Amino acid sequence: MPPIRVLIAKVGLDGHDRGAKVVARGLRDAGMDVVYTGLHRTPEEVVAAAVQEDVDVLGISLLSGAHMTLIPRVLELLRAADAGDMLLVIGGVIPDEDVPALLALGAADVVLQDTPPDAIARRVRELVAARQPR
Amino acid sequence: MFDPEAIERIRAKQRAWEARELREFLARQPESRADCRTGSGLPVERVYTPADIAATSFDEIGLPGRYPFTRGPYPTMYRGRLWTMRQIAGYGTGSDTNQRFRYLIEQGQTGLSVDFDMPTLMGYDSDDPRSLGEVGREGVAVDTLDDVEALFDGIDLEHISVSMTINPTAWILLAMYVALAQARGNDLGRLSGTCQTDILKEYIAQKEWIFPIRPSLRLVRDMIVYCADHLARYNPINISGYHISEAGATSVQEVAFTMANAIAYVEEVTRAGVDVDRFAPRLAFYFVAQADFFEEVAKFRAARRIWAKLMKERFAAARPESMRLRFHCQTAALTLTKAQPMNNIVRTALQALSAVLGGAQSLHTNGLDEAYAIPSELAMKLALRTQQIIADETRVPNVVDPLGGSYYVEALTNRVEAEVGEILKKVDALGGTVKAIEEGFFQREIADSAFEFARRKASGAEPVIGVNKFVEPPEPNAVPVHKVDPEVEARQIGHLRAVRAKRDGTRVAALLDRLAREAADPGVNLMPVTIELVKARASLGEIVGRLRQVWGRYVETPVF
Repeated sequence: MPPIRVLIAKVGLDGHDRGAKVVARGLRDAGMDVVYTGLHRTPEEVVAAAVQEDVDVLGISLLSGAHMTLIPRVLELLRAADAGDMLLVIGGVIPDEDVPALLALGAADVVLQDTPPDAIARRVRELVAARQPR
Repeated sequence: MFDPEAIERIRAKQRAWEARELREFLARQPESRADCRTGSGLPVERVYTPADIAATSFDEIGLPGRYPFTRGPYPTMYRGRLWTMRQIAGYGTGSDTNQRFRYLIEQGQTGLSVDFDMPTLMGYDSDDPRSLGEVGREGVAVDTLDDVEALFDGIDLEHISVSMTINPTAWILLAMYVALAQARGNDLGRLSGTCQTDILKEYIAQKEWIFPIRPSLRLVRDMIVYCADHLARYNPINISGYHISEAGATSVQEVAFTMANAIAYVEEVTRAGVDVDRFAPRLAFYFVAQADFFEEVAKFRAARRIWAKLMKERFAAARPESMRLRFHCQTAALTLTKAQPMNNIVRTALQALSAVLGGAQSLHTNGLDEAYAIPSELAMKLALRTQQIIADETRVPNVVDPLGGSYYVEALTNRVEAEVGEILKKVDALGGTVKAIEEGFFQREIADSAFEFARRKASGAEPVIGVNKFVEPPEPNAVPVHKVDPEVEARQIGHLRAVRAKRDGTRVAALLDRLAREAADPGVNLMPVTIELVKARASLGEIVGRLRQVWGRYVETPVF
């Protein structure tokens, strides 16, 4: 089986990249192919990169509180790019009450604070395994 | 400090103790940890004696208010004046945050601190497409001078010090602050406060940037020089370790990288021909109070001593005020957990106590809801009460540097100083701070420390109560969370458009042209033209946008 391909992205003006980088490194150490976008990307840039890299999982980190504006836009763009089957995993500071809404919009999972890197790697594997073959 | 014969006698006693009491005790009951280390990973001994600081002369420890300032910047410290209790606040529009300021002042807060929203920090107007969803969310939205007027409405700027947490756009906010004070007829020489302005740590840690490094440094220089000429009591920069720590650095790295940045600023300003003693007394610092109690106290003491020596030896400063490090402190947001949020009150109280024992000049204590959202009013009140309890009930402020002379704290202070010295040598060898940033040196070191910490936390080697130890099922709605007003964005954009509609557009355009011309000449100070611009109601986004055309933007090569 080829390694799982992941794009870790920071979207919006939020500069908190500690978590995104720890997760990127944790997934790489777990044997996945990981690309990191760097900071301050627009939803358009992130989706274009995810499509170009043909990743299985798009991981978006947000600590700015702008997730309810930016995530729906990302999902809309993924569908428009015919990449609606790409798994979108969200991390960062996300209030519990927003989690069901994000899942209903089409996010595959929301990984909350203090989830260890190993647990995130396990979760990514489960999500990819459960996905319909592409 | 000690007589060599006395040290020999102490060593002999310790050897005897190790051979008898310690050996017998360990045989019956082994220690639970084989290897004890500080939060920065420095090894610590079981017990400390004068032998551990035998080589330290009393002059290294000294007296407060005297070189090398290990014990504090002032002779009387909190007996003269308590630290400033400065809770940061910012959300919504200027008038929304103004209400929170008035509430905090009513609750006994003694200084103000402003948090700005992401678009303001990054130089975008509220109606810019990149601002969508971020207006007034993580801080207050500021587009024009009108917003700053609303922010400080009814607050006397000559009688309360104001700190502004802003970096790439700091010079514009300083210009607005000056313009507001002038419009009110205030004496600029009486304004006290601080602008964060520390752009170098942005490239390293907090990651809020606009322009490439060199023109950004020039803006810092312009602010420092302008304040030296016009705002005698204002700190034009707060050289910050806090964000370096929050991004993952150890406490030793925090101090070292902060000092590396400070060196770069002093070089930048002296290169422009300004005498070091003209501006160095107003350089201020900002550190975190992390979880390792004694290491933090030692860190603050070491930082003061390192700075004093740097200023005296490296920069040949002559005035004691130039060598005297003053710092703001904030407890460590990253140690606060979403699980069992009430535990955060206890963590914050302990961290705040280390800041006070370490001699902080001002302090922000974090809200218990830090891991949820920006703080609620209740969370901020409790955080402020924590400081008030330390100040009024513990009697800790009675004695200056009460941990000075502790064999452990003195040994650790020496060790932190030595470790920082090694890192600074490495930075010099790399060609200096800017070069080291361009090569990603600090960024890689921080990413490595952050990853190492995440691994230790995951394995349980780094216990976090409620997260990897004494875990309980999550409680829904554990704390009341600050709600964002969904109408803020529309209201703020409405204000901005109204300001644009009534200003003199020709004058703004002419001033923006002047700004572009002056920006192209690195010798010109950009503060005067920026003050003219904000008075003419140019917006923050327009000023930044014009400079982006001249200087371009910073592009990071991300490392992980």
